[in-house]
Amino acid sequence: MSPTTPASAALEAAHRPGRLAWPAEQLAAKALDIRRDIITLLAKAQTGHSGGPLSSADFGAALFFHEINVDPARPDWPERDFWHFSIGHVTPVIYSLMAERGYFPLKDLMKFRAFDGHAQGHPSRHDTPGIEVSAGSLGQGLSVCCGVAMAARIDKHPRRVYCVMGDGEQQEGQIWEAAMFAAHYRLDQLCAVIDYNRKQIDGDVQDIMGIKPLDQKWRSFNWNVIECDGHAMPDILAALAAARAHKGQPSVILAHTVMGQGVSYMADDFHWHGKPPKMDQAEAALKELGTSYADWSARLLAN
Amino acid sequence: MATIEIKPTDTEGASNDPRADASITLPDKVEMKKTREGFGRALADLGEQDPRIVVLVGDLSESTMVHWFAEKFPERFIQVGIAEQNMMCIAGGLAAMGKIPFLATYGAFASCRSADQMRVTVAYSNLNVKIGGAHGGISVGPDGATHQAMEEISIVRSIPNMSMVVPCDFWETYKATIAVAKHNGPVYLRFGREDVPVVTQKETPFAFGRGEVFAEGRDLTIIACGVMVYEALRARETLAAQGVSARVVDLHTIKPLDRALIERCARETGAIVTAEEHQVHGGLGGAVAEVVVQRHVVPMELVAVHDRFGQSGKPAELMDAFGLRAKDIVAAAERVLARKPKR
Repeated sequence: MSPTTPASAALEAAHRPGRLAWPAEQLAAKALDIRRDIITLLAKAQTGHSGGPLSSADFGAALFFHEINVDPARPDWPERDFWHFSIGHVTPVIYSLMAERGYFPLKDLMKFRAFDGHAQGHPSRHDTPGIEVSAGSLGQGLSVCCGVAMAARIDKHPRRVYCVMGDGEQQEGQIWEAAMFAAHYRLDQLCAVIDYNRKQIDGDVQDIMGIKPLDQKWRSFNWNVIECDGHAMPDILAALAAARAHKGQPSVILAHTVMGQGVSYMADDFHWHGKPPKMDQAEAALKELGTSYADWSARLLAN
Repeated sequence: MATIEIKPTDTEGASNDPRADASITLPDKVEMKKTREGFGRALADLGEQDPRIVVLVGDLSESTMVHWFAEKFPERFIQVGIAEQNMMCIAGGLAAMGKIPFLATYGAFASCRSADQMRVTVAYSNLNVKIGGAHGGISVGPDGATHQAMEEISIVRSIPNMSMVVPCDFWETYKATIAVAKHNGPVYLRFGREDVPVVTQKETPFAFGRGEVFAEGRDLTIIACGVMVYEALRARETLAAQGVSARVVDLHTIKPLDRALIERCARETGAIVTAEEHQVHGGLGGAVAEVVVQRHVVPMELVAVHDRFGQSGKPAELMDAFGLRAKDIVAAAERVLARKPKR
């Protein structure tokens, strides 16, 4: 479903030239590439997180190749939207999205977490061009995005601000300080996306420290709450469009996802939160994803 | 990236700049004024000079004296409520967008409560956030230990990319606030609650990253920060009456540290006493000692709070009870001189 008419789309393109607005089918294909990147770079590094990056791949592709207005060649382009992953540990998907969008060469993914690469275990402003604020201690990102949105308000700038959070991360108290702040100041240019994959390192979120009813929590904090199937591209695009259209309140998208989505033996298993696949496991995963380690690593190294 | 760049975080040679020393002599009766007022006045002036200045506060507008800025620039004033961790990261987001945010709260909350936010969001990203920590030191008085921040120096100076200034009086706080706004990078400014002696004047030289020799001397150097600079100048008078010539250095910038000046004082006077309204562990004394042991070893004595929490009481009572007076500096000077090798 298309949220915009052709005429408004043309106007949008003129005002937001860094927004790609890819259609759902093309985004789904890109999300597949991103999953291949994630498995390949994790297999090479033999360190890093698998589960969250895979559950974030679809809405991540929608953000980077449909929604956000950025110029990867100029990460500090004044007209840019601001995007930030508060879940710093999902660097495999962050770096894949960035490289696929053109922030840096794909071959850099093969130096994930390496001493001679820039791709730190958790995103670092000092090391990676395009990372605007370092992250890695959970609970801080939404506050950062509130600051960015306040700066836009002071400057009367139409910048949109996107913050990706985890569901386990909702256990951090600072999230709710920021939630209160954003609603108090009616930061409607702010859109939070929660990767609601129901798992965290130690197990099921509901068993570790229950967060339900999460929708009602956000609603009671005066946010516009939107829910979507985080693996159905048209549903994701509709959610992002609804957030963009909503005025007077910040929006939060509860993206219902599956940890490890796309790899059968990882899906919905919390044990894959924080570990990489071994090489034989990676080959099995890449086979499911329609490629092989040799082919996909060659693609990355060639670019 | 394979080579790790060793960047000098401390200043070298800044104190070798040609300059006139401040040469401060105290009158018998000294004007009293709050350091936090210097912070508040400077922000109100900065707001006019630079549209990038934004001020955030955690429900302490009048306490931190940012209300003058709020009255003049309501569109650039952000009330965050009682949420210091949130405030630290909001300031980070503002800085990422090119603003120069100054946040204001009590030092206990600015340093300890939001230490992780300062470390990860602000310092690791090297964002241009200015942290105003009011109510530093035992002189906070009746509010007691929870509100008497005495750990900020050790916390802040151990975090890479952070800078820190502990000005000594109203005018120096005013000048430090202006100066750190022009410095690109995260800075923590520590100031106090009470009226304290105004020892400098509007014209007294101030440069970020450079210690100031406030009074010359040959036999030892007293290196102080914050309100202890006044106590050091008074101690110098007592010592002079005993025939001891003490140099007094106002080391307002804790980081980057003016190592050249510390080394020069060690070489020229052969003994050092430090004085700070802060825990002895990791504070000004520790910072100075790190230079002394590596550059030119001389005996040192540290006047500070010795590993205990504060308590309620009048500021003057507490300064006496915690050994943070001129007489305590004099006693430390006598001890350090006794340990000084005879020529």
